[in-house]
Amino acid sequence: MNAPAPRTFFDKVWADHVIARLGDDAELLQIDRLVLHELSGSQAVRALAEAGREPVSRGQVFTVIEHLISTEPGRGPTDSVSKSGPIMIETTRKASRDWGFHFIDYDDPRQGIAHVIAPELGIAFPGATLVCCDSHTSTVGGVGALTWGIGASEAEHVLATQTLAQARPKTMRVNFTGRLARGVYAKDMILALIGRIGAQGGIGYATEYAGAAVSALPIEGRLTLCNMSIEFSCKYGFVPPDETTIDYLKGREFSPKGADWDRAVAYWRTLPTDPGATFDREVTVDCDALEPQVTWGISPQQVAPIGASVPDPSQASDSEARQLATRALEYMQLSAGTPLQGIPIDVAYIGSCTNARLSDLRAAAEVLRGRKVKAGIQAVCVPGSTPVKRAAEAEGLDRIFKDAGFEWHESACGFCGHIGSDRFADLRVVSTTNRNFEGRQGPKTRTHLASPATVAASAIAGCIADARGIA
Amino acid sequence: MEALRKVTGIAAPMLRINIDTDQIIPALFLGGTDAKGYGANLFHGSRFLADGKPNPEFILNQPPYDKAQVLLADRNFGCGSSRERAPKALREFGFRAILAPSFGGIFFNNCYRNGIIPVELPIEIVRSIAAEVEASGGTSPVTVDVAAQVVTAPSGARYPFAAPATLRQMLMEGMDEIALTLSRGDEITRYREADRTRRPWAY
Repeated sequence: MNAPAPRTFFDKVWADHVIARLGDDAELLQIDRLVLHELSGSQAVRALAEAGREPVSRGQVFTVIEHLISTEPGRGPTDSVSKSGPIMIETTRKASRDWGFHFIDYDDPRQGIAHVIAPELGIAFPGATLVCCDSHTSTVGGVGALTWGIGASEAEHVLATQTLAQARPKTMRVNFTGRLARGVYAKDMILALIGRIGAQGGIGYATEYAGAAVSALPIEGRLTLCNMSIEFSCKYGFVPPDETTIDYLKGREFSPKGADWDRAVAYWRTLPTDPGATFDREVTVDCDALEPQVTWGISPQQVAPIGASVPDPSQASDSEARQLATRALEYMQLSAGTPLQGIPIDVAYIGSCTNARLSDLRAAAEVLRGRKVKAGIQAVCVPGSTPVKRAAEAEGLDRIFKDAGFEWHESACGFCGHIGSDRFADLRVVSTTNRNFEGRQGPKTRTHLASPATVAASAIAGCIADARGIA
Repeated sequence: MEALRKVTGIAAPMLRINIDTDQIIPALFLGGTDAKGYGANLFHGSRFLADGKPNPEFILNQPPYDKAQVLLADRNFGCGSSRERAPKALREFGFRAILAPSFGGIFFNNCYRNGIIPVELPIEIVRSIAAEVEASGGTSPVTVDVAAQVVTAPSGARYPFAAPATLRQMLMEGMDEIALTLSRGDEITRYREADRTRRPWAY
């Protein structure tokens, strides 16, 4: 008898969820977890109700208030800078209560950004399919789950059937070899990758992150890595489960318990990619020489090491890159040849599903301790979840942030997009978020993406700065 | 979903890569739980000036493109945020087809559920169609035949395209996708009975 063909993690998880094959191009998949937030989840629940349908598996649905709810300390149940925030929050709240979903309201001690709390509460687990109306759902692949962002109509379909029809993607493996130097983080790894393969490099793929530098990352770093999969247009990103994953999930609120836990762990250990399994594409990024990365343009692919200068569009590799760079420099109000370090900033922002977990706040606090934010700079920290915020407060990080001159907010999506906050307009922001698109953080707002350490160092310097020279 | 078998209409070239869904409809205009009401703010940042007046330089403010039903786009159109208000806004403006070399994956799926066909064609073909359209001052129409899976340029040149069979069928018939899935109840039940034994912790 022949040995079974080696399979990738993705092949195994996908196969285990196929209910039916739909023609040549799509399969009907079992969905283990649906997570909804008030911005798009509210559309899905309203559409479902208007169609006269009901959710079919309420215990597999989790709802959370996090996109539109204010981050201001002392916020009320419908406080939102969005005019329609209250209706979207109330629609989600009412549907959650009426239908009996696992509901995490704005004042629940477990509240936070969906992709931060899904791993934190054990809602996601290895080998699970988890979907949410949010492109950054890929984040949750950091715990070895297959997770992806969907539209509101797809969410309505999941509510009604607990299934989803999807085309099977191709597979890519990104091998991060070597070891990160001190002061270089998961954020720098993923930005460097996007710079290499481009913002369209992942269209039609599911990406497995592998290699020594990934194995060495704690779960929080893996979540940062997977978070930005969608920034190279890859819907799915994941790190197959290992002992780090299993240790992380043990004892979390929704993690399997007792005999179920033992069975689950035994199954999870079968999921990693078999030796000899093949991928449609392989990419290698060496981490030994990796430097902190900062974006200079309007696409995450427009990124450079912090010691570099703003590139000259005329030196771009082709006419398309040249056009893109020209438009970027115009929007960003930057000139070619300007060193990235020293570009004056107006705002330093630490928040979002990318980089606002406890380890991110610790990395920033290490830089901020005993220092002051430069006068005139707005510095804002929005922890990724209420548990992150409380844990940070328990170890005194909030004091470090506040003493330095940072605002310390309640958890939500906040200032990452121009919807959780409307405070940024025509400002230059160095930000731990994931998108530097035109207008993403506010009209004419010019975003530079970077790690929490780089953002903290920049807040102190009043310009883009390298944390390694400080901490 | 809204049915679409064939559309013949004005085509608007917007050949820039990475047009993300934040550009298609900025976050500020995502308000509400309504299924409709987003078209007025389509491409808001480019379409309107700071004082709220239409930007005369923006293509969709210029006749005949203000009546466009086909969008000619470049790589990675609709990348970024999963917001389904993006295809909703495009549909309300009048678009029924988008021709581009590639699309953001979430946006691609969302289009089908909002009566729009996303058609993948090599950039050389999209550019060639755009050149023909522009040569006619925009008045020569482009046809996208979903049933025949062919795009016809103003010159009469025909370009076949591939599309996911299931989604295409649903779009042509305007099917209720949920009803279709529920009709597979037996298969779903069989899968779950076996899966519950295998992975009880997932339920």
